[in-house]
Amino acid sequence: MSEENIVFCKSGGCTAKLGPGVLEHVLSRLPKKKDDNLLIGFDHVDDAAVYRLSDDLAVVQTLDFFPPMVEDPYIFGQIAAANALSDIYAMGGTVKTALNIVCFPEKMDLNILGEILLGGNSKVQEAGGTLAGGHSIADEDVKYGLSVMGTIHPGRVYANNGVREGDILLLTKPLGVGIVLAANQMKAASAAAYEQAVNSMTTLNKYAAEILSGYEVHGCTDVTGFGFLKHLDEMIEEQYTAEIDSSQIPYIEDAARYADEFYLTAAGQRNRNSVGSDVWFSDVPFWMEEILFDPQTSGGLLAGIRPEDAQSALGKLKKLGLPCAAVGRITKRREKKILVY
Amino acid sequence: MEKRIDAVGKQCPMPVILAKKALEETPEGGTVTVVVDNDIAVQNLSKLAVQKQYGFVSRETGKNTYEVRMTVGTADKEQTAEETGKRTDNIRERTGDTVVVLSSDKMGEGDEVLGKMLMKGFVFALTQLDQKPDRMLLFNNGAKLSCEGSDALKDLKTLEEGGTEILTCGTCLNHYGLEEQLAVGEVTNMYMIAETMMQASQIIKP
Repeated sequence: MSEENIVFCKSGGCTAKLGPGVLEHVLSRLPKKKDDNLLIGFDHVDDAAVYRLSDDLAVVQTLDFFPPMVEDPYIFGQIAAANALSDIYAMGGTVKTALNIVCFPEKMDLNILGEILLGGNSKVQEAGGTLAGGHSIADEDVKYGLSVMGTIHPGRVYANNGVREGDILLLTKPLGVGIVLAANQMKAASAAAYEQAVNSMTTLNKYAAEILSGYEVHGCTDVTGFGFLKHLDEMIEEQYTAEIDSSQIPYIEDAARYADEFYLTAAGQRNRNSVGSDVWFSDVPFWMEEILFDPQTSGGLLAGIRPEDAQSALGKLKKLGLPCAAVGRITKRREKKILVY
Repeated sequence: MEKRIDAVGKQCPMPVILAKKALEETPEGGTVTVVVDNDIAVQNLSKLAVQKQYGFVSRETGKNTYEVRMTVGTADKEQTAEETGKRTDNIRERTGDTVVVLSSDKMGEGDEVLGKMLMKGFVFALTQLDQKPDRMLLFNNGAKLSCEGSDALKDLKTLEEGGTEILTCGTCLNHYGLEEQLAVGEVTNMYMIAETMMQASQIIKP
């Protein structure tokens, strides 16, 4: 591997996110302007902003960018784009336009940048959107992502926190991506595990969102840097508890072994510190705990739907080809916000 | 046998993986010292220690510098703790919490008035310690201590403000009809009580 590649790939992806604790602290100090048309802003812990333009039309806005987590620049572009586009799908929206966000070292080979942008563009097109411009900054390290605009009916927005008692929680992609990437960084990941991680990260949540749109979705988010449990935590209102069946959690098989071998990220530990006190683990092995705290890059959708719809929706999701499952259900509030057994 | 790993500037999982490899090659009783530059790396190292049952002592040796000393085998913690103890401040045993268990609102057998006075004094004394307990478990008559009207309430609140987790048994509150009276800390259940005790590095029961 060339020297340049090593510089190219630091610990990237969503593991590069600021910790949730730090972020909450800073955001809570910002003065807020009230606008009744801002249906979802950051007083919610949601994935994107939703602004109502008329009674039947709202725009969804989001942006996401991060440093590379894989060596191949084209695949990195695809992953970064799939990850940014995902926030639109987590709200139930349709992708319209996207703008590139680029940080790139002046001295680095421009062909690498070309590959990143090609990869990103391929995913914007697959999403049915149009790449409409962007902004680039000379920087020490590579970072890439998108600002995405989509549309949605104001009455059909999936808030994070709309889940209610009885709902079944569906997860549409396998967990463990952060652990596999950490192992891969140390040259310890198997080719199969790496391939499964890349396949999952480059898959658009578009297809899962299209399936979910055929059902009554009570709450939806995408699982990214804060890991399964922190994103789940943000979905659960005070009067409810999420009961998670760890035997149902879809994960990249080798990630269990890598977790037991301590290929663990700093972000995973920050997630544990942030949400660990809300979670009660009953007889869950260490590696599974780590998988549930593991930061995901371009992770799947986590949605709460009515129990009578769960089997039918899951059947369709399974046909998409990625490991997915009904991972738990919502009950009345019990001892803890999240119970994992 | 002693090894030293400088993992300053290295991101997770690097420090943990380097430590793990070194520890696997270290014979029983040997130690590996890892120097890292952030607290999260210390926490990830502590997970390694807990899972592999290595002795574990960490201390902050400077701004953004932490030294973690891990011992292979039967975790000869007393020795390591004692050695690092001579090097003074900021020593944190990360293998478990110090848990104070209060199963009664009285301290010791004998006169009831004296027992209650002693318990109030004990809780106050806890507030004055340099090293406060990580958690306190209150059950049976002990559950009354965290409720409205208790003499110890003020001191328990001081402890909570200082970072001690105060956990009162929910079944006990129900039994004594005190569920609305809890004035400090959180309600807990028997699973949490059992787990907290199992994972404690020391349990203090007056």
